[in-house]
Amino acid sequence: MKSDPHGLDRREFLAGSGLFILIPLEELLPAQEPARLPARPGYPSDPNAYLRIGPDGRVTCLVGKVELGQGSTTALAQLLADELDVALEAVDMIMGDTDQCPWDMGTFGSLSIRQFGPVLRAAGAQARAALLAMAAERLAAPLERLEVNGGVIADRADADRRVSYAELVQGKRIERRLENVPLKPPSALRVVGRSPRRKDALDKVTGRARYAGDILLPGMLHARILRPPAHGAVLKQLDVSAAEKTPGARLVRDGDLVAVLHERRDLAEQALQAIQARFERPPAEVDEDTIFDHLLKFAPPARVVHEAGDLAQGEKLSAAILEARYLNGYVAHAALETHSATARIEGGKVTVWAGTQTPFPLKQQIAQALNVPAENVRVITTYVGGGFGGKSASRQAIEAARLARLTGRPVQVVWDRAEEFFYDTFRPAAVVRVRAGLDGGGRIVLWDFQVCGAGDREARQFYDIPHQRTTSAGGWSGGNPAGMHPFAVGPWRAPSVNTNTFARESHIDALAARAGADPVEFRLRHLSDARMRRVLEAAAARFGWKPARAPSGRGVGVSCALYLGTYVAMAAEVSLERTTGRVQVRRVVCAQDQGLVVNPDGSRQQMEGSIMMGLGYALSEEVRFRGGEVLERNFDTYRIPRFSWMPRIETVLIDNPEAPASGCGEPPIVNLGAVLANAVFDAVGARLLRLPMTPERILAALNAVGR
Amino acid sequence: MQRTISFTLNGKPVRVLTDDQRMLLWVLRCDLGLTGTKFGCGAALCGACTVIVEREAVRSCATPVGTVAGKRVVTIEGLARDGRLHPLQEAFLERHAFQCGFCTPGMIMNAYALLLRSPRPTREEILRAMEDNLCRCGSHPRIVQAIEEAAAKGGAR
Repeated sequence: MKSDPHGLDRREFLAGSGLFILIPLEELLPAQEPARLPARPGYPSDPNAYLRIGPDGRVTCLVGKVELGQGSTTALAQLLADELDVALEAVDMIMGDTDQCPWDMGTFGSLSIRQFGPVLRAAGAQARAALLAMAAERLAAPLERLEVNGGVIADRADADRRVSYAELVQGKRIERRLENVPLKPPSALRVVGRSPRRKDALDKVTGRARYAGDILLPGMLHARILRPPAHGAVLKQLDVSAAEKTPGARLVRDGDLVAVLHERRDLAEQALQAIQARFERPPAEVDEDTIFDHLLKFAPPARVVHEAGDLAQGEKLSAAILEARYLNGYVAHAALETHSATARIEGGKVTVWAGTQTPFPLKQQIAQALNVPAENVRVITTYVGGGFGGKSASRQAIEAARLARLTGRPVQVVWDRAEEFFYDTFRPAAVVRVRAGLDGGGRIVLWDFQVCGAGDREARQFYDIPHQRTTSAGGWSGGNPAGMHPFAVGPWRAPSVNTNTFARESHIDALAARAGADPVEFRLRHLSDARMRRVLEAAAARFGWKPARAPSGRGVGVSCALYLGTYVAMAAEVSLERTTGRVQVRRVVCAQDQGLVVNPDGSRQQMEGSIMMGLGYALSEEVRFRGGEVLERNFDTYRIPRFSWMPRIETVLIDNPEAPASGCGEPPIVNLGAVLANAVFDAVGARLLRLPMTPERILAALNAVGR
Repeated sequence: MQRTISFTLNGKPVRVLTDDQRMLLWVLRCDLGLTGTKFGCGAALCGACTVIVEREAVRSCATPVGTVAGKRVVTIEGLARDGRLHPLQEAFLERHAFQCGFCTPGMIMNAYALLLRSPRPTREEILRAMEDNLCRCGSHPRIVQAIEEAAAKGGAR
């Protein structure tokens, strides 16, 4: 059977069709990956590709996904252990090793469980069925009399007649193949739905966890690379004489790549500082304040994402029209681990240990950069110190491989914080223009939503509005005209959706205020989707929401969102210092329906993490720049959330095991912009239209409304 | 200045012949092969490189190795004793007070110094002490809980 061009073998996917529905990945996947990839090979259908049973009975699970901290090492092992009927402790995970694991496009989009989970479960179910068939022959017992427990198959009629998976397989592949093996129903799952200890826990609390910069190889050199002061700057003059005098330093120049290498990283840095370089930079034409008009001017033509009814009719029905322009700046990923990689070339084989979200695409990119066949390249993904989309691009690994070839030694590249900001693929700055109308009865009858710069994911409205249109121009995933963005942009945790949700939920709130309605009641008035109503009602109930028209002075707000199948609602309370404009978030309640929950505690961790991280883009994070020069170089100016920002966080997981497992790592973060903007409005009656809501902008908004 | 610097590292004596102005972080990582201490910012802004020198938390990326001569240095690798995790490590592990784990060694070492000087800290003390240790995954609530739990179990040790 042929694999489909989007990387999923339909038969495998449908093997579990009793439980899992086919998710339309077509619109989602092509945009996710780095550009210029060869055709995707697709997931193999042979269970042996995903699991090996050792002579000691331990199961090795091989997957192309990687551990970024999101806990999928544990959650994926739970899925396999359950279908295969082995103890979770007996499962060893190998992830993101291109020589050992079956191909995968990358770890992003909260897809590890939602999209890859069914593939892995199907492999486990097929392997279990094959082993049962083998045991039936070995024990000369009918299949229906056999039961499996902890990797041992026993005859119910005679408990002494038993055989283990290890004995059946004897360290070999499972040769027998069975088709159309059903997955277990949710009620039969034992390991899934629990919160066992994370498999990476011991490594991470002892310092034993190895990240790409922790790989130490004999003879290894640390590289520091000369960087331009701005994107678009051109090297005009270079004097390396002082750098070459650093004892033990080695200088390499290969086209655009100028690097100094040393056995000690800090001494390589010292040598780099001694390089005299003059760059010519293009004039800086845009900055973080002028970027919005620039985007509107340079964006490609808008595309209609969704249309219903007739806007002209909506205008006629409207008793009141509300228009606004919502803005957000560029935001950095700022993972604590900077981009890191270690490369070794031995006997023509290139091995690169990398902190990457995309090991398989990276393998191709390295092969291309070194002009070697892809089969000579192996990417081993270590633990990754945070990704959030930023490690979908892995330039550092290509640099390490090039330098390993140029020096003939193993080479490690660990970016410093300034390089991390400079080469980050930022969340794009964006402008969203919304024009909406209310009829005399307080119902929304018109919705015209035009997003520019962010992308169209979840831009479409989910409230019931008869006359609506959503358009999108440009986005995070490429296809933007040259010059639109002064530097690289890319996926940032829940790409597009932070922007689109901020605009939609702020505007819905403004409409509620205009209609004189309570924000929760007003939303429910326009919601017929039962799952969305349920999360909103759950969040409001846990919060103890008391209906009132905003601004009520209490500083409370709500926001709802849909993210790739996951429903999430949030309520928050803020306090605001009128003299300084400083916001302190007191409390955040988040209710989420992500279908089947594989690991409740892991899901809560993701929800808490999303809330903490989301405080940053809502309140403080914004990349300042002058043309191609990125002014953020470290955490002194680029302020990410800290302990003192911590609100009381409460998470509510909706129990909905019959719905397919959707993602949980990204959805909650999309609400933070609007839920806080709405709470600020409720507190003081000033609506913030631009993120982040810095104290200066809050003071300006207070002044504008005379409060 | 190039010289031999002697200090106690995780309970054992070490001698390093190097420039005494080099930062402790890189001596630990490159010269001594201890990679549990992490590089995050290089400017004492994130706390990923936090180690203990004479019972106090220091940022090893901004601590010249010459200044630890004759002193006792403890890194994340030296916190467990006789094969037993430190109560802080136990609490971080049980609470899942980490995600990507990159800031974790620095968090644990900084919390260790807090408990050494204040064995039963209030929540405000914990927040203040941890304020300049950055975590991007948002494990803050769990980290605070883990420190409280370790303190309740006599975590200073």
